[in-house]
Amino acid sequence: MRLTCPLCGERDRREFYYQGEAVMLDRPAPDAGDEAWDAYLHLRDNAAGETQDLWCHEAGCGAWIKVTRNTVTHEVLKTELVAK
Amino acid sequence: MRIDGKGLVSRDKAVSFRFDGKSYSGFEGDTLASALLANDVRLVARSFKYHRPRGILTAGSEEPNALVTIGSGAGQEPNMRATVQEIFDGLEAHPQNAWPSLERDALSVNDLLSSFLSAGFYYKTFMWPKAFWEKLYEPIIRRAAGLGALSGETNADRYERAFAFCDVLVIGSGPSGLMAALTAAEAGADVILADEDSRMGGRLNAETREVDGQAGADWAATMLQKLSEMNNVRLMPRTTVTGAYDQGTYGALEKVGHHRQRRSDLPLECFWRIVAKQAVLCAGALERPVAFPNNDRPGIMTAGAVRTYLNRYGVAPGKSVTVFGNNDDAHRTAHDLAAAGVSIAGVIDSRGDAQIDGDFPVYTGGQVIATEGRLGLNEITVRHAGGQRTIRTDCLAMSGGWNPSVHLTCHMNGRPVWEPSILSFVPSDGAVPGLIPAGAATGHMSTAACLTSGIESAKIALQAIGLKAKNSKTPKAEDGTYNIAPLWYVEGKGRAWLDFQNDVTTKDIKLAAKENFRSVEHMKRYTTQGMATDQGKNSNVNALALLADVTGRGIPETGTTTFRPPYSPVSIAAMGQDAQGDGFAPQRFTTSHKASVARGAPMIEAGLWYRPSYFPTQGETTWRQSCDREVNMVRESVGICDVSTLGKIDIQGPDAGAFLDFVYCNTFSKLKVGRTRYGLMLREDGHVMDDGTTARLGEHHYVMTTTTAAAGQVMRHLEWVHQALRPELDVSFISVTEQWAQFAVAGPKSRELLNALIEEEITDDSWPFMACGPATVAGVNGRLFRISFSGEHAYEVAVPARYGDSLFRLLVAQAEALGGGAYGMEALNVLRIEKGFITHAEIHGRVTAFDIGMERMVSAKKDCIGKVMAARPGLVGNDREQLVGLKPVGNIKQLTAGAHLLEADAEAIRVNDQGYTTSVGFSPTLGSYLALAFLKNGRARHGETVRMVDHLRKIETLCEVCDPVFFDPEGGRVRG
Repeated sequence: MRLTCPLCGERDRREFYYQGEAVMLDRPAPDAGDEAWDAYLHLRDNAAGETQDLWCHEAGCGAWIKVTRNTVTHEVLKTELVAK
Repeated sequence: MRIDGKGLVSRDKAVSFRFDGKSYSGFEGDTLASALLANDVRLVARSFKYHRPRGILTAGSEEPNALVTIGSGAGQEPNMRATVQEIFDGLEAHPQNAWPSLERDALSVNDLLSSFLSAGFYYKTFMWPKAFWEKLYEPIIRRAAGLGALSGETNADRYERAFAFCDVLVIGSGPSGLMAALTAAEAGADVILADEDSRMGGRLNAETREVDGQAGADWAATMLQKLSEMNNVRLMPRTTVTGAYDQGTYGALEKVGHHRQRRSDLPLECFWRIVAKQAVLCAGALERPVAFPNNDRPGIMTAGAVRTYLNRYGVAPGKSVTVFGNNDDAHRTAHDLAAAGVSIAGVIDSRGDAQIDGDFPVYTGGQVIATEGRLGLNEITVRHAGGQRTIRTDCLAMSGGWNPSVHLTCHMNGRPVWEPSILSFVPSDGAVPGLIPAGAATGHMSTAACLTSGIESAKIALQAIGLKAKNSKTPKAEDGTYNIAPLWYVEGKGRAWLDFQNDVTTKDIKLAAKENFRSVEHMKRYTTQGMATDQGKNSNVNALALLADVTGRGIPETGTTTFRPPYSPVSIAAMGQDAQGDGFAPQRFTTSHKASVARGAPMIEAGLWYRPSYFPTQGETTWRQSCDREVNMVRESVGICDVSTLGKIDIQGPDAGAFLDFVYCNTFSKLKVGRTRYGLMLREDGHVMDDGTTARLGEHHYVMTTTTAAAGQVMRHLEWVHQALRPELDVSFISVTEQWAQFAVAGPKSRELLNALIEEEITDDSWPFMACGPATVAGVNGRLFRISFSGEHAYEVAVPARYGDSLFRLLVAQAEALGGGAYGMEALNVLRIEKGFITHAEIHGRVTAFDIGMERMVSAKKDCIGKVMAARPGLVGNDREQLVGLKPVGNIKQLTAGAHLLEADAEAIRVNDQGYTTSVGFSPTLGSYLALAFLKNGRARHGETVRMVDHLRKIETLCEVCDPVFFDPEGGRVRG
C-alpha cells in the first residue's frame, strides 16, 4: 500500500502510523456532555466503502494526514494535511 | 533420450550432477527434469498420500510431482521442483517421501488402503477412541504423509531484500511480454521485464513456430538483446512476480544462487518489492491434464511439456509416444516429435470431428480408459469410434486445454470470468488497478494474437502515465484458431487423478458433492484439492468442471476458489531475510555504551535501546550484590547513570507555554525561566499516557523529557495535538533525544563532584532543587538540571552527544575518586521504588491520575487533553485500585511483581481479587523487599495486612499496606 504525503510525496505505507477515523479531528467542547465525548472517543462506523482516516508520516516529516480511501477497493482517493 | 540437432542447451558444456545417489550428465541450460529425462530416468518421486510412483508432469513452476530436496545438511532445500531447478556441476538432488527407496517404497501400502483414505478420511476414520488421535493416529499420519523436510539446523544461507521502482512492469517474457516491454521502452518508459524462467522468451523457446521469418527462440533472443541494450530497461530473469498488492506494489522473488554452487558473496534469493505505475500481465497459460483412470504414471505428461522437452532441451521423453487431447494444440506435439524422428504410436482426440494430418495412427472420438506400468507407463487402452485397442507406449502426452494464468488478477479480490470459447477462466476487467492482462493470460491462444495484445496492452499502460507509443510494425506469426471441446474426465475402472500432489481423484470430488460439500470452497477444504504447493494450477478447472457436473450446475455458477499470493512457493527465509538475531530490530546505543561494556556491564534492552543492567566489581558473583552496592553508593556518596535514552523534545515559540498547558494536565506557562517541573500527560480517554520533567530554558523555550518507552508515542501525540487540535498556536518542536548525552549525577556528593567540572559554581542559591540552565561542563557548553529520580541530592548534566563518551568516563572516574561510581538499571529501579516514583510498570495504560494519587495535578483552571474523560464516572472513586506500597510482614519475605492481592484470609480466586503488584525490588537501604502495587481503595487502607499470591511462582506473602514513598517521605535529602 502506498500513500501520498502532501509534503513528501508518494511513500510506502510502512512510513506511516495509522490512527483511526478522522472523527478525532472534531474534538468536542469540554462541556459538550457525555454522549458527545463518548461518540468522539469510542463510536466508529467501520464503513465498507469510502472512509476518512488519519495517518501520521512518522518515519518521514511527522505530518498528520487525512486520507480519503475506499476500504472495499483499497483505492486512495485523496490525502491532505490535517493542519489547515 | 537426447535428440541430435534439437534444443537450446549448450551441447559443448557438459554438466555432471547426482540424483538419488547416482551420477548423471547433462548440459548447461538443462533443468534437473530435462537432464533426468535425457538419461531416461522417469521415476523421480512418490506422491503425498498414497506414495504412488510419480514422474515429471510439466516443464514449469506448476510441477506437482517432481519435487526433490537439493543439497544436504543445514542448507538443504526441500520441495524444489525438478522442472525449474537448473543443473550445475556438483548439484545433488534427493528424492523425498520414499523409504527405503524410490523403487520399493514401504508406504506404497497406502495405495492398497486407498478406499479407507478417501476425502475427509481423517474426519471419519480416526474418531474413536478420542485419546488415540493425539497419541497414535496423528503422529502416524504425519509421518506417512508429507513432502521434503528441512534439516532442523541453523541455515547459514544469505537472503536479501530489495526495492525497485518503474513506470511499467512487464510480468512474463513470452511473445506478449516482449512486445509490451519493447513498446513501453521505445516510448521512453522505465521498464522492468521479469520472468520466472532462467531463459526469457516464454513458449517461444518451446515451440517450433516462426516469428518474422525467424525461429521463435531466435526472434526472442534478438528482442532480448535489443531490450538489454536500452538504458531504460531492466531484465530480471529467474524472478517470479509472486503477488499484486495495493497501489501498484508487487512482490517478486529473484533466485540468485539456486543455479550454481553456493557463493559467499551472493545471496541465495532476493525478495523484491517493485512499485510500478503500470503493469502488464503476460503470464501466459498453463496446460491442464485430463482425468482418466491411472493418469498419474511416470511417462504421462502434459502435451506442451513434451514439446518443451523436445524443442528447448532436445530431449524426447519417450521412444514411442502417444498423444491424447481435446484440442488442436495437442496435435503439435505429435507433429514436432514426428519431425524430430520420434515414433508416434497414436494420436487420440476426444472430438469425433477432429482434423489430424500425420503419418501416425489417429483415433478420433477416442479416450484413454486405462494405463499400465508400475514404475513407468508401458501401455494404454484406448476406446474410440472404431472400438477399443491397446497401445504399447512409454510416454503419453495429454492436453485438456490451456488455462490462462489469471492468478495475479485475483490477488485483490478479483474473480475471473468463464470464457466458453476456450473453456477456461479469463481475468475480469480492472481486477487489479493498473494491471493490464495481455496475451495468453487473457485467452489469446495464437502467437500473432499474443504479439498484438502485448503491444495494445502496453499502449493502455503508456496512456495512463502520459506517454505515447511509437508506431511500429507488428511481427508476423502464426494466427491459427484454437479449437477445443469439453473433456474433463474419463469414466472407467480405477482412480483418475485431478490434484496429483495431494492425491485427489475424481472419486473424492464426487464423494464431497454426495456429502453435500457442494460449495467450491467446501469441496476444496474437504478434499484438499488445490491446497498443495502448486495451489491447484494443474487441477482447479478440472475439479470445478467435475463438481459442476455432479451437482448439476454450470461452471460459471459453481465459481472458483480464491487465488492468493504467492503465485509460486516463497521460502520463509526469503520473506524474513536478515530479520533474525541482530537484524531482528534496529539497535540504539548510548554514547556510554562502549565504556559500559568495557566495564563488564550486561546490557539489557529498553525498547530499541541497550542500557547497562549493573556494573560488577571484583568479587561480586550475583547481580544482587552489584545492585545493592550501587544503591548504597548513591545513598552514601555519588553515582553516575546514563539517562540519555529518555525522550527529549525541544519546544520553542511564543505559545510554547500554552501548548504545554494543553498537553500536560498541570500548568507550565507559569513556570519560571530556569526552573523544571514534573508533568503528567493524559490520553484523551482520561488515562495516563506518560510523565517526565520539562525545563523552561527561556521565555519561549522549553525542553520536555519523556520516558524511554514512550518517546515516539509522545512525539507523535504532540504533532497530533498541534496539527489537528491547536494549529493556531505558534509553537515548533523537534526531537533532540540523540543530540544530547545526559547523565544523572546522584548522591550526597554530587555537588562536590560537579563543582570540580563545571565553571559556574553550584550552590543552593544558584542551583536550588528543580533549577535548570546552561552550564559549562569541562569547557563544553552544556545544560544542568537539578532533578532527581533517586530521592537524593542529584543533577542531570547534558552535553552535545559527541562529548558523551568522554564525559561519562570523566564523571565515573571522578565519582570513583569520591567513593562512588557508575550504576545501572537495577539500582536505578530500586532507588525509585524506595521513593515510590512511578514508571510504565505503574502507568501501564489503564490507570488514571486519581489511581496514582495525582488527581490534584489536573488543573481546574484550564482545559487539557484527557481532562473531561478523566472525570467521568468509574475513573475516580473508592472502588478504583490505587497506588500503595507493600512491605512483607509475615515469615515469608519475598515479593514478586505481577502477583495478586487479596484480603489476608480470603480464598485466592478471581472474585476475591483486590489488586496486583507492579514493581518489586529488594531495598538494601531498608533491608526489606518493597513493592509498588494497586489495591482497591488502597489509600484508605494504609496499615492493613493483605496477602500477596503469585500463582505462577507459588509464593504467598503477607504484606502491610503503606504509603508508596518508603524512604525519606519528607524529601529532605533531595533538597539538602
